[in-house]
This record gives sequence, C-alpha cells and structure tokens, in this order.
Amino acid sequence: MNSNALKVNPRDNVVIAIRQIARGEDIVVEGVKLLAAAEDVAASHKIALTDIKAGGNILRYGEPIVQARDDIPKGQWVHVHNTRPIERI
Amino acid sequence: MEFKGYKRADGRYGVRNHVLVVSSVSCANGVVDALGRIFPDIVTVQHAYGCGYGPDDWGTSFKMLSGLVNHPNVGAVLAIGLGCELLKAEHLIDAVEGKPAEALVIQQAGSAATTKKGIDIIERFIKLLERQQREPAPLSGLLVGLKCGGSDAFSGVTANPSLGVAADLLVGEGAAVVMGEVTEMIGTDHILKGRCDSPALGEKLQKLILGHEKYVKDALGELAGLVIAPGNIDGGLSSITEKSLGCNAKSGSTPIREVVDYSARPAGKGLIIMDTPGYDIDAMAGMAGGGAQIIVFTTGRGTPVGFPAVPVIKVSSNSNTFHNMKGDIDVNAGSILDAGKTVRDVGREIFECIVRTANGNPACAEANRSAVFNCLKQGPTF
Repeated sequence: MNSNALKVNPRDNVVIAIRQIARGEDIVVEGVKLLAAAEDVAASHKIALTDIKAGGNILRYGEPIVQARDDIPKGQWVHVHNTRPIERI
Repeated sequence: MEFKGYKRADGRYGVRNHVLVVSSVSCANGVVDALGRIFPDIVTVQHAYGCGYGPDDWGTSFKMLSGLVNHPNVGAVLAIGLGCELLKAEHLIDAVEGKPAEALVIQQAGSAATTKKGIDIIERFIKLLERQQREPAPLSGLLVGLKCGGSDAFSGVTANPSLGVAADLLVGEGAAVVMGEVTEMIGTDHILKGRCDSPALGEKLQKLILGHEKYVKDALGELAGLVIAPGNIDGGLSSITEKSLGCNAKSGSTPIREVVDYSARPAGKGLIIMDTPGYDIDAMAGMAGGGAQIIVFTTGRGTPVGFPAVPVIKVSSNSNTFHNMKGDIDVNAGSILDAGKTVRDVGREIFECIVRTANGNPACAEANRSAVFNCLKQGPTF
C-alpha cells in the first residue's frame, strides 16, 4: 500500500501528509494503515494520530512544537487554528 | 569504513588536492582573476575584504582565509597581496603549515610581472601535486558541514531528516559533522540545550541562540518577524519551534559535543555546532574555514551554489526542483514523496554520495564550477 504520510519520530502524536489527503481516506505510513483522515489535509500539514486534549502538547521531531487550544480528535488537521505556541518559562 | 584521500602534515585528509590562489585584499583580485583564466583548473578566491574595516572584521576574515589556505583539500597556496593593505599576503602564507605556499606583492613589481611570476609558481605547484597519490583514510577523518538554504514546506519533511540520518551514520563511523546557522535555531534553544553532552555546553549553546535572537530583534525591529517566524504557515508550520526543528533535523540524533566560534576548527568528533549566520555563503565559509572537507546542502526551492575547494553536495526536498534544476542537485529526497522511498533510504543515499565525493567523484556544483565566495562581515567599512 502506498504511503501518504510520514511519522518523523516514534514519540510523535502527529503525522505529516506527503500529498493532499481527502476526508475519509486512510492514512498510510511506511505501508501501514494507521487511521482515517477526519477532514481534508494539504500536503506537508499535520494530522493528529491520537485524541489530544486541550492543553496537550503536539509532538513532532519527538519534541513539543505547539499546544492544543481545543480538544483535537484523532484524524484531524493540526495547525494554527486549533493550537497555540507553548509558553516559555 | 575507509575512503581514499590526501594525507596532510597535520594528520587531516584532503578529499581534493587543489592549487589555491587567493587575494589577501580586494585590490589584488585582478591578478588572481588573470591567473584563474590562464589555469582554469586551479581554485581562485577573490573577495571584498582585506582592508578598510575594523579589528573584529579583520580578525574574522583572517581566521576564515587562514582556515582556507590551511584547508586539507588544498595542496599548495599562492597568496596575492597589494602591499599597503591590513591583511597581508605574507601573513596568510605564514599561517600555512606543511605544504608549498608563496606570496606575491603587486606593489613590488606591478600586475603584469606579478602575474608572470604567479604563472611560474603555479606551474611548479601543479607538477608537485601531480606526484601526490590518494591513500586509504578512515571515514573518521572527515568533517562534514550540514547546511540548508532556499527551504520549502518539504525541507523539514524529507531532505533535512534524511541528512540527519546521514549525519548519524557519519558520527557512527567516528567522523565529525558541523551544523551552523544559529539564526535558524531560534525557538529551539531549550531543546538543543538538552542535546548537549554537558550542562555547561548546554548553557553556552542556549546563550548563543538567545544572543542571535536578540541581535535579530535589535537589528530588524518590527521586521524581525521576517526572520523569527514559522516561515511557512501555508506550508503547515505552526510555530517558530516547529520551523527551527525542521532545520535542526539535518543534525540527526547524536549528542552535541562542541560549540565553536565562526570558522574555528573543532577539537573533537561527533556533532559540532558552529556560530554562523543563516546566509548561505557566509555559513559555508565558516564551515570551510573550520576545515569541513565536504558540505551537504539541502534545498527546497533549489540553489546552484558551491564553495571554493570544498565539494558541496545538494539534496532537493522535492522532485520538481530536482528536475527543474537538472545537473545542480546530487540527491533527490523528493523520492520520499513520490517514489516510495523512506527517510532512512535517502539518508543512506546521501551517506553513499558523501563517500563517493570523498573518493574524488565531483559534486554537481564542482562540475558546474560554481564556487562562490563570501565571508562574514558585521562592522562598518572605513
């Protein structure tokens, strides 16, 4: 099965679309079907692999990059509309 | 693993054996240019430095050019000076150890006679270098620069993580890799701090990155957002941290062993961070001055630039750029997007390309004779 997404680090809770993915389409990483996309997602954008609670960290490259502003169900597009920068202490 | 290189007196190995002709000051560029037209296969460096600047810029350019004349890929050096400049040709030659090096001063004989003397010297150098042979060298003798430029939305998805795999393979072989572009680390100081192999080194690196952030904000004011921004929100980047992590991905996953000044030669092996700006040519100059024998340069939009005496391997993040700029790009990481390859596959391809290049196979930028020179300068011109 052709891959349409990449998981950069095993710790990540998002995958990166490597081409346009349509709502309902299976997300396939290295030939393995992980879940279905809950909405249309553009190439190079992030998709939640798991349900992420509001305030939870989004992990890419194995590191926290942003925080969920709202609950983000798995399969959803993750970007500036539903996340916020992590406050630095 | 081994490659075949040129063993130097200081124990380093060259992956090339160039005759280098370098100006000590911009006023000497005409003679260097003339010699380059007579001997098209030598490496010439003309530049805009050497005089009319303050001590800090003099120090930076002297350190960088000293690193270049002492570079392991250089087998013999001729420096051309004017005579009355700050950065003298004789000073550059004094910095050369264990290889043929000479200086000529234009004010002593004029351009034509200096060029004629230069021809004789270069002919002698070429004959000397022809007799030198490559010999087996451990891969641990390599210092490889890690660079990205003209990035796009896929740089942090395909090309940079692939280069990170190659960097890990090199470090696994006992080699050193050096990543610069501190401007591109803004927003990840707290993360990179944790990758350093001692708390003191972590503090040093964090301070360096925060210093660059302040420098950008002070210098650009409201325009700082052009530098310190996610960079490509349309491309899916949600924060400056995410953008910078995409740049950092080219460093792989090994601990940071050293943080060095611009153009400084690292003392040890493993992953090194160098204090360079993001500007492509200045960043490559710092790595070359520090002794990087090869630079691997990832690009999304595409760029043809190479650097004098240093092979620069290009890795495209997408196949369009690879095809649009045919003959400029050595490895296509776009194959992850459209040919079913994994990041590990392309990382291995980059590693193999590095070994081939170390053995003498020309990188695209070398074949195209794209050897662009520039060096960091931050103070005023007088």
